[in-house]
Amino acid sequence: MRRNRVALGFLGLFVLIVAFVLAAPLWADHVAHTGPNDTHTLQKIEVDGEKRDVVAPTGQPIGPVWLGADGRFFLGADGRLGRDEMVRLMYGGRNSLFIGIVSALITTLLATVLGLLSGYYRGWTDTAISRAMDVVWAFPVLLLAIALGLVLAVGGLQIGPIHLSGGSIWIPILIIGIVYTPYMARPIRGEVLSLREKEFVEAAVAQGAGPLRIMFSELLPNLWSTIIVFFTLNIANNMLLESALSFLSVGVQPPDASWGTMIASAFNLITSAPLLTIIPGTMILLSVLALNVFGDGLRDALDPKSKVRFEAHSGLSAAEGSETAEVATP
Amino acid sequence: MARFALRRLVGMAAVLFAVSVLTFLIFNVIPNSDPAQRMAGKQATPELVASITDEWGFDKSLPEQYVTMMRKVFSGDLISYEGRENVDERLVEGIPETFSLCIGAALIWMIFGILFGYLSAVRAGGKLDKALTVLAVTGISMPVFWLAAILLNYLTYKTEIFPSGGYVELTADPLEWVSHLILPWITLAILYAGFYSRVLRSSMLDVMNEDYVRTARAKGLTERRVMGRHVMRNSLIPIVTLFGLDFGALLGGAILVEPLFNLEGIGQYSYEALKNTDLPPIMAVVLFGAFFVVLFNALVDIAYARLDPRVRLGASAQ
Repeated sequence: MRRNRVALGFLGLFVLIVAFVLAAPLWADHVAHTGPNDTHTLQKIEVDGEKRDVVAPTGQPIGPVWLGADGRFFLGADGRLGRDEMVRLMYGGRNSLFIGIVSALITTLLATVLGLLSGYYRGWTDTAISRAMDVVWAFPVLLLAIALGLVLAVGGLQIGPIHLSGGSIWIPILIIGIVYTPYMARPIRGEVLSLREKEFVEAAVAQGAGPLRIMFSELLPNLWSTIIVFFTLNIANNMLLESALSFLSVGVQPPDASWGTMIASAFNLITSAPLLTIIPGTMILLSVLALNVFGDGLRDALDPKSKVRFEAHSGLSAAEGSETAEVATP
Repeated sequence: MARFALRRLVGMAAVLFAVSVLTFLIFNVIPNSDPAQRMAGKQATPELVASITDEWGFDKSLPEQYVTMMRKVFSGDLISYEGRENVDERLVEGIPETFSLCIGAALIWMIFGILFGYLSAVRAGGKLDKALTVLAVTGISMPVFWLAAILLNYLTYKTEIFPSGGYVELTADPLEWVSHLILPWITLAILYAGFYSRVLRSSMLDVMNEDYVRTARAKGLTERRVMGRHVMRNSLIPIVTLFGLDFGALLGGAILVEPLFNLEGIGQYSYEALKNTDLPPIMAVVLFGAFFVVLFNALVDIAYARLDPRVRLGASAQ
């Protein structure tokens, strides 16, 4: 891994992006003096000694003033509501990255457990899990996600004692985490199927190890490299899917920002204020690119012969990881 | 062969049933609110909610509700309460535009995906390979609707190189049909072209290490013939599989691209329904979309088994 400079460079880029969004409260409190959802529609600010409207009477928001107003409206305002674009970019990035990472954790957890169970027990456990996965797989990812996003955004979700309201950020997290599970569970199952025939499992059985111990302390450690690679690439996929859902108004709900919602709301200003579209999109592009390149490098380093492929695909493809699924089973 | 086809079709029917049940559960059971209320839209009156409850049988048992929903979606009397119109009719009207978008995009991404993947693999490790890899990975990492917005702004609004959106029927004026669709095609194709070129590159590199390729070279065949006859043919198998899956699922891409280019197909209709939290159109789109994918894949599999005996033998060995 250390020899793959490009992959490490992109890991560095991703770390920078994470640091950037983590600095959001610092920037908001000490530089911009405003929150991500605070509106400044009728205010004027002083830019280089000159008074200017945050939002012109025509509805045109102020463009980037850089440091002209001591850091306020660094990237201008976001539209008619006159919110600080830079502050929204940082807080929106927090949401985008948080959703990407937490939903990847959910996918990884579900897929690992399901893959272990069906690969280890085989028989009817495997049949039941695999068929259920097939049904989810049959839906185009984006269609399944918008269906769930739409119905849950209206009424929220009740899981036992936990209630999630329609606008909760946990709804897109759960949806994204679930729709990608089959794409990861299948290759893991394949790997478990071949691992369980190895001698070390036989040795564990001979020592009297129970199924739980075999699955979690014998098989799981051998799956780590696959899991880590999947996890990295999964974050990239999830960020793209989040942006698509938010663009379609079934992801992050207003007034909260994410890079996807920022692109969606800036589109009607694209001719007069193209930066409002370009900047959040570039942030998505850089984050996803960084994760994809790093994930590829990680795969080459951990398992050069691996056939597992899980490339980012905007949540559009029905095929992520699939070609591999068959090939990956030796 | 006939046995394989039959078994595949029976499997398909089972998946279709399961898909319809899951769709039913998503729309009517999982969410935490009155389904009639959700269905009625934003300006729901108590009378409307009561009539929907009655019409959809939301006060009856779940199996009865399921049957009612399927009957409504498939018999063409599904009504959007928000838009006060027949959903299935609107979807049928949208087919030509969505289909034109998908076919063109698919053609472009197959051509460029295969071309770039081939060049990358043949020159693996070289400058061209690196440049194409950068292009492909960047293409894969972009949100497609963002790319659409950027291309529209700089190639249409600012420079007027391409006409700004809209759709002209193929039968009315084929040239205009192409010029109005070329930008949406490219937008939708870039992501897949990048993905396919990566897949083809790695599958070609695998095949190039096979013994039979060495044999072909040892026999003194020209490089052209080795590549064309021996390497490409086998490397294209994963591409064809992917294509079957992706083309079926392209409706998702249409939802993200159509509204920006003002193509009034199924994608734009779904986009508007989502904005208005109008459930019935999305219910139909998801159900038809998933059905199309399942059907299309079954057909691809059967066509495949005809071409490649390993597929049907592998399937019966399972």
